[in-house]
Amino acid sequence: MNTGQSGRRVVVVGGCRTPFCKAGTVLKHLTGVDLARHAALELLHRCELEGALVDEMYFGQVVPSALAPNLAREVSLLPQFPRDIPAASVNRACASASTAIAIGADQIAAARADVVIAGGAESLSDVPILHSRRFADLLIGLSRARSLGERLRLLATFRPRDLVPVTPAIAEPSTGESMGQSAEKMAKVNGITREAQDAWAVRSHQLAQAGTTDGRLLAEIAPVFPPDGAGDPVDRDNGLRADTTLEQVAKLPPVFDRRYGSVTAANSSPLTDGGSAVLLMSAERAAALGYRALAAIRAHAVAAVDPGWQLLMGPAVAVPRALDRAGLTLRDIGLIEMHEAFASQVLSNIQAFESKRWAERLGRSAPIGAVDRDIVNVMGGSIAIGHPFGATGGRLTITLANEMRRRGVEFGLISVCAQGGMGFAMVLEQV
Amino acid sequence: MSAFTRTVEGGIARLVLDLPGEPINKITRGVRDELDVLLRQIGGDPAVRAVALLSGKPDTFIAGADIDEFVALASRSDAFALVRGGQALVNRIPELGKPVVAGIHGACLGGGLEAALACTYRVATDHDKTSIGLPEVQLGIIPAAGGCQRLPRLIGVQPALDIILAGKTLPAKLAHRRGVVDELVHPAILERVTLEAARRLADGWRPARGRPGVKRLLLERNPLGLKLLFSLARKQVLAKSGGHYPAPLAALRAIEHGLRYGSEAGMEMEAELFADLAVGEVSRELVRIFFATTALKKDHGVGEPPEPRRVRRLGILGAGFMGSGIGGTAAVQAGVDVRFRDTALPAVARGLTAARHIADDRLARRRVTRYEHRRLVALLSGGTDWAGFASADVVIEAVFEDLAVKHAVFREAEQHVRDECVLASNTSTIPIERIASVARHPERVIGMHFFSPVERMPLLEVIVGRQTASWALVAAVDFGRRMGKTVVVVQDRPGFWVNRILGPYMSEAGRLVQEGVPIERLDYLMKRFGFPVGPITLLDEVGLDVALKAANVLGEAYGERMQPLEGLRRMVADGRLGRKTGRGFYRYDGGKRRGADDSAGAVLGVKAGGPPPDEDAEQRLVYAMLNEAARALDEGVVRSARDGDIAAIFGIGYPPFRGGPLRTLDRTGVGRAVEILEALARAYGDRFAPASALVRMAQSGGSFYSNS
Repeated sequence: MNTGQSGRRVVVVGGCRTPFCKAGTVLKHLTGVDLARHAALELLHRCELEGALVDEMYFGQVVPSALAPNLAREVSLLPQFPRDIPAASVNRACASASTAIAIGADQIAAARADVVIAGGAESLSDVPILHSRRFADLLIGLSRARSLGERLRLLATFRPRDLVPVTPAIAEPSTGESMGQSAEKMAKVNGITREAQDAWAVRSHQLAQAGTTDGRLLAEIAPVFPPDGAGDPVDRDNGLRADTTLEQVAKLPPVFDRRYGSVTAANSSPLTDGGSAVLLMSAERAAALGYRALAAIRAHAVAAVDPGWQLLMGPAVAVPRALDRAGLTLRDIGLIEMHEAFASQVLSNIQAFESKRWAERLGRSAPIGAVDRDIVNVMGGSIAIGHPFGATGGRLTITLANEMRRRGVEFGLISVCAQGGMGFAMVLEQV
Repeated sequence: MSAFTRTVEGGIARLVLDLPGEPINKITRGVRDELDVLLRQIGGDPAVRAVALLSGKPDTFIAGADIDEFVALASRSDAFALVRGGQALVNRIPELGKPVVAGIHGACLGGGLEAALACTYRVATDHDKTSIGLPEVQLGIIPAAGGCQRLPRLIGVQPALDIILAGKTLPAKLAHRRGVVDELVHPAILERVTLEAARRLADGWRPARGRPGVKRLLLERNPLGLKLLFSLARKQVLAKSGGHYPAPLAALRAIEHGLRYGSEAGMEMEAELFADLAVGEVSRELVRIFFATTALKKDHGVGEPPEPRRVRRLGILGAGFMGSGIGGTAAVQAGVDVRFRDTALPAVARGLTAARHIADDRLARRRVTRYEHRRLVALLSGGTDWAGFASADVVIEAVFEDLAVKHAVFREAEQHVRDECVLASNTSTIPIERIASVARHPERVIGMHFFSPVERMPLLEVIVGRQTASWALVAAVDFGRRMGKTVVVVQDRPGFWVNRILGPYMSEAGRLVQEGVPIERLDYLMKRFGFPVGPITLLDEVGLDVALKAANVLGEAYGERMQPLEGLRRMVADGRLGRKTGRGFYRYDGGKRRGADDSAGAVLGVKAGGPPPDEDAEQRLVYAMLNEAARALDEGVVRSARDGDIAAIFGIGYPPFRGGPLRTLDRTGVGRAVEILEALARAYGDRFAPASALVRMAQSGGSFYSNS
C-alpha cells in the first residue's frame, strides 16, 4: 500500500476542543495556555489515556504570552502527565495546529515516538500589549543605571507619547497588507462576487447550527466552566447565528474597501479564543493499547507563495502537493475540511482547484479537480465557528476524522491557508 | 554504639547525632548521657573554639524527647528529676563558653528545638520537611527545658505565646520570618554554612538580631504592658479550652514568672509545672490518644492485609456539597486526578468551584505556593458523561441520600468502571449491603463516610459490608489516610458508629428541651462537659431535616431510645431547619447567631411540670451516649474500644481530655456507671437500662482498657 508518507503508519485516536468563542466574550478570562491545557486534559479523560504513555507534545500558538512562551511545555506539565515529556510550540500562523499535528505524525512515522498529543490554542482576548521601543529602552536603561545622575538624565528623555502602546496588528510584516486587504484583493482579482461570499457565509452558519443541533459538533467540544462559579458553563461555540439570512448579511458595509469592496465582517472569520488537542499514535501502539483509531494520516504538505501576490492562495499549491504524495486525486476525496479565513479566500481556492490556467501555472496537465460543494465544510466552517489562530488545524482534523467515520468515507482532505502566503494540506484515510 | 560522632577540624567541633536503630533522632537517656560527656570534654578542650551541632538522619534534626521514657514516669518526683536533669544539660550549651551553632534540617520539635534555642546561632534548611515547633501543649505538658524562657527572649513574648500556647509547628520560612532560626539555606550547603558560622562566631563575630519594634517595646518591655498581654492571653486560653486543659495556662505561668523573676526562676517554675502536668489525668489521656492515633495509622483494618493498590485517579459521582468537599480534599491532600460527574453542567461547575476553593484557601494561608496551587487546581475536572471513569481506581458516590437513586447510580457506574475499581458510598444512613445488592461485583462496594465540612473534619468511617473484599477495604483505608483522615473501620450497622452513639444523645437533648430546659442551658452544660458545641447548636448546624431523617432511620433500627420526637417533626414541618433557613432552635441573621428563638417553644410543645435539675440533664445526655457506645462496641460495630474512642473524639469532638466515651466509662468505673444508668432508668425511663455488655463487665470486674 502506498501511504505516500515514508515510515510507520500514524493514526488519529481521538481529539477534542474547547468551545470557540468570540474574543472578549465568555472565554476572555482564560489564557492560551489555559485553553490548551483544558483541551488536553479533556482528551486524556475522554480517551482514558494513561499520561505516562505520551512521548512528546506539539502545540500551535501564533501570539504567545510573554509569561509562558512555550505553550506546549506548559501543557505537558499538567499533573496528569509525568514531568519528562518534551514539548515544543509551533507557529505557522493559521496552520500552526496543523503543523503541530504534522510534526507529531512525522515523529511517529520516523519511530522517534509512539504517542504524541498535538493541537493548538489562541487567546485573542489575552493579547500582549507592548510598550513602545523608546519606553522599553528607558525602563531597561533605568534598571541598569548606576547613579542618580544617570537616572535623571534618562528620565529627562521621556516624552508622554512614549507611553502609547504597540498593539499587534494582523498585517503582513513584509508588505504591510492586512489579511482582510489581501482577501479583498483576491475577491477582485479572482472575480468573487459579494453575493457568492455572502452565500458562503450563510451556508457556514446554517451548517454549523445543524451540526450543533444534532449534537455532532457538540460531541467534539469539552465544556469550559466559569471561574468562581460566576456565569454559566460554556459548552458550545458562541459565534453561530442560526437566524443569519442572506438579506441581513447583504446589508453590511465592506470593511477593507469602502467603495468597491466585498469583504465584510459577516463573510470573514471573527477573532476567537479557543484550544484543540488531538491524540496521535502509531497504528501498532494504538492496537496494542486497545484503541480503535478514527483515521490514519496518509500524507501532508506545505507550500508558500509570495505574500505580496495573493496572500491566501497557499492551499492551491499545498493541496495538489499533498494529493500527489498520497497517490490520490481530488476525485478520490470524499470529504473536505477547508479553513474559511474569508469567504473570498475559500471561493478563490476552490476556483484555483478547478482552474485550467492555475494547473498550467503549476506545470500540471489538468486542473487539480472539480470540487463538490456538498462535501466541503459539511458542519460549517471558521466563518461561523470562529478561528482561534493556533487552534483551528486541530478542529479541522477532529471534525474531518469524526465525520469520515460517520459517513464511511475513505479519504478526507484538510486545507488551511496561512498568513505569510503559506498553505497546508493533509490527507486522512479511513482505518 | 554511640549516638554522636565527634570530629574536630580547624578548631571547630562537629557533633553529629544519629541515633542507632531509629529512623528519627529523639532525646533518650542514652543521648543525654552521651551529650553530657561530650560537652564536658569540649568545654575542657583548648583546641575547640566552637561547636557545630548537626543530625545524621534524613528528615529529622531532633524530633523531641523520648515519649516512651515520658510515659514510663511513675511519680511527680520522677518527672521533676527528669526535667531538671534535661534543663541542666541544655543549660550546659550556653555555659560552654564557646559558640554552638545548630544546623537544622527536618523536624526540630520540643526538646530538640529547646536545645537549638540554647545554641548561639541557628541555621535551617528551606525545605518542606523542615518543621520547627514546641508541640508539648498538645500532649498536656509544657516545654520544660528552658523553652518557655528562651523563645520569648529571642523572638518576643507575643510571637512566643502564639507558638507555645497552641503547640504550633512552623514551616521553615515562617520560622525564619519569626526569628526562631537565623538563616535559611539550601539543604546541600547546610553543613558548610553551619561550620562557617561556627568559625565566624569563634573569631568574634556576633549576629545582629534586629531591634525590637515600637509595639514590642511598649507592650513587652514594661510591667504594665506585660500584665495586659498576659491577662489577654489568659482570657483567650480559657475561652478556647473551656478550663479543661491546664497545660496552656501553665505555660503562661512559666513564661510570666520567668519574665518577672528571671530565667533561672522561670526554669524552676517550668519544672514544677511540668511535673504536675506530667502525672496528671489530662496529659495521660492526651498521650493515650496520641498513641492510639499513631497505632491506628498503621492499622489496615484487616489482619494480614494485601498490599494496597496505588490510587491515582479518583471519580466522584455527585458534585454537590459533600462530593465537592471530598474531591477537593482528595486533590489537595492526596494529589490525585479527580473527575467529577453530575447530571447537568451547572452542577458540575458549582462542584468544581467549591473544590477549587479548598485549594484557594491553602494558597490564602500560604500553605502552598502559587505554582503548587495551580497544579492542584489542574487536578480537578468534570463533565456529565463517563469520560475518565474507566481509568478510575476509586469512585466515591455522594448523590442524594435515597436508596433508589443510589441503586441507579451504582448500576450505571458499574458499566463504566474497571473490575478492580473500588466503588464507595458516602451514605450516612443506608446500609452498604443494600447499596451493593444491585452490583455485579459487590465485593468492591464499600462505605466511605466523610464528615462535613470534608476539608476540616478529620474522621473517616470506612464501612465494611458483609460482601466487601479485603482488597477493597485496604484500598479505601489507605486512600482515606492519603486524604489526611483518621480512618476507623466500622461494621455495616445503621448509624455506623458516630451517628449511632450520637443518636440517643440527640434524642435525649430533644426530650430535655421539651421538658423545659432552656436550650442555651443545655448547650452550656455540654460545652462545660468539654464538647466543642452543645447538642442544640449541633442540631441547628447539621439541619433539623437532616437530623430528622437520620433519627427516623435509627429509630426504626434501634427503637425508642433513638426516636425523633414529635416536637422535632413539628419544627421541620414549620420550616425551622436551623442555620440554613435562618431559624431553628436559635435565630440566625446574616450568618450570625442571634439568640434563642422564643417562638420555637410553642411549636415544640414544652411540657408542663418544670425542667429536671442540671446534674440530671447532664447525666442523661452523657450517659445516653456512653451506654450506646458500650452497646455498639459489644455488637462489633467497631473493632476495639480504641477505635470507638478515637472515632468519637475526631468525629463529634468528644472531649479529648476525657479520652473518649469508653475510656470515660473506665474512669468512672463500669460498676458505678451501671448504677448511674439504673438510677436514670428508674427516674426517667427504660431507655436508660444499662447495656448488657456493661452489666456483664461490671459483674466480672472488667474494663474496656487493660491498663486503666
